[in-house]
Amino acid sequence: MARIVAGIGTSHVPSIGGAYDRGKTETPAWKPLFDAYVPVRQWLKDLQPDVCIMVYNDHGADFFFDRYPTFAVGCADRYAIADEGFGTRALPTIRGDLEFSQHLCQSLVYDEFDLTICQQMAVEHGFLVPMHLCFDPSETGWPVASVPIAVNVLQHPLPTARRCWRLGQAIRRAVESYPADIKVAIIGTGGMSHQLTGLHFGQMQADNDQDFLDRIERDPESLTNITHQELMHRFGVEGIELIMWLVMRGAMSPTARKIHRNYYAPMTTGMGMITLEEDQ
Amino acid sequence: MTNPIHAQLQPGSRIGGSLVFDLRMSWRGLRINTLCNALSKPHERESFKSDEEDFMARFALTEAERAMVRQRDFSGLLEAGGNIYYLIKLGAVTGNGLYRIGARMRGETYEEFLATRNVPESV
Repeated sequence: MARIVAGIGTSHVPSIGGAYDRGKTETPAWKPLFDAYVPVRQWLKDLQPDVCIMVYNDHGADFFFDRYPTFAVGCADRYAIADEGFGTRALPTIRGDLEFSQHLCQSLVYDEFDLTICQQMAVEHGFLVPMHLCFDPSETGWPVASVPIAVNVLQHPLPTARRCWRLGQAIRRAVESYPADIKVAIIGTGGMSHQLTGLHFGQMQADNDQDFLDRIERDPESLTNITHQELMHRFGVEGIELIMWLVMRGAMSPTARKIHRNYYAPMTTGMGMITLEEDQ
Repeated sequence: MTNPIHAQLQPGSRIGGSLVFDLRMSWRGLRINTLCNALSKPHERESFKSDEEDFMARFALTEAERAMVRQRDFSGLLEAGGNIYYLIKLGAVTGNGLYRIGARMRGETYEEFLATRNVPESV
């Protein structure tokens, strides 16, 4: 039987990708962010997940408002690197796990999540930044297969916080009903606080971010009752991305243990990270 | 009693003065966002750079929308239904990165904006 071994919540800020590509990971401005992920990569290397479920949002690289899915799940053997308007980053193609994706989609639909199933999907910074923060690519590609799950956090009405939490619970049921003996990691990405438009462009709310990190670990259900309006007041209009961390947390057991935690707020977005491990 | 349909978000809400991109905004901004979306393709970026007016005509922008594109008026484009993540592509092709767009929305120069940041060197 498959099982979930690790859950991670992490920001996916695009400037992290820029710093990574330009070799700035050791500079004083970026070291506090990148250093925090060194032990995370080692921890994942030791846990050896076979599949990584990446819960992220597309920022206009592969999806458009002509038809816009609430939950889109990748169901392919590979996923291309998208051009976000700046050219394509030099990262290895993402390897999929077709059989696992097909099982996941079937299980989620019969569990009453009406997904958009994507046999072609290109991934962008929302996916790629967490990927290279958590895993080291090599000449032969990534050490883990992936399943992208894209959530609508751009065009309201968005799925509620509770719906995201329940999707996580359904993902756990899907994993635990997969016959192959594989290990799964799940990453919820986005946020933390940021506001990208208007007079308050760049406003961060560090206290609210720290409170969210406390709650996602110890009291995640208290976050599921919060409305989008209230979440945006606390975390900014674009900080609403944090609902995707609830998909991750819903897939983990209540007793999962915190292993790592980090927070850094250099520019316009609170960059948070937490990792949780299941008792084996 | 609150209508449960509106329980997540009051229609027309602003957060800290900023619009929330909902279905009304998305419909209103569809031409602008369709144009910006095309800029994800390298050959379309070249088309835009070589003849901006022709490019805007192809996407049937109204005269008011074209004027905002010419003036790089990102605040106006947002109010007209542009989505920030798509407008960033227009910013990239016109030499206006996100931080420059943001500084202007705050009524600051780029340098003034950077000086307000915790770690401006992370730019």
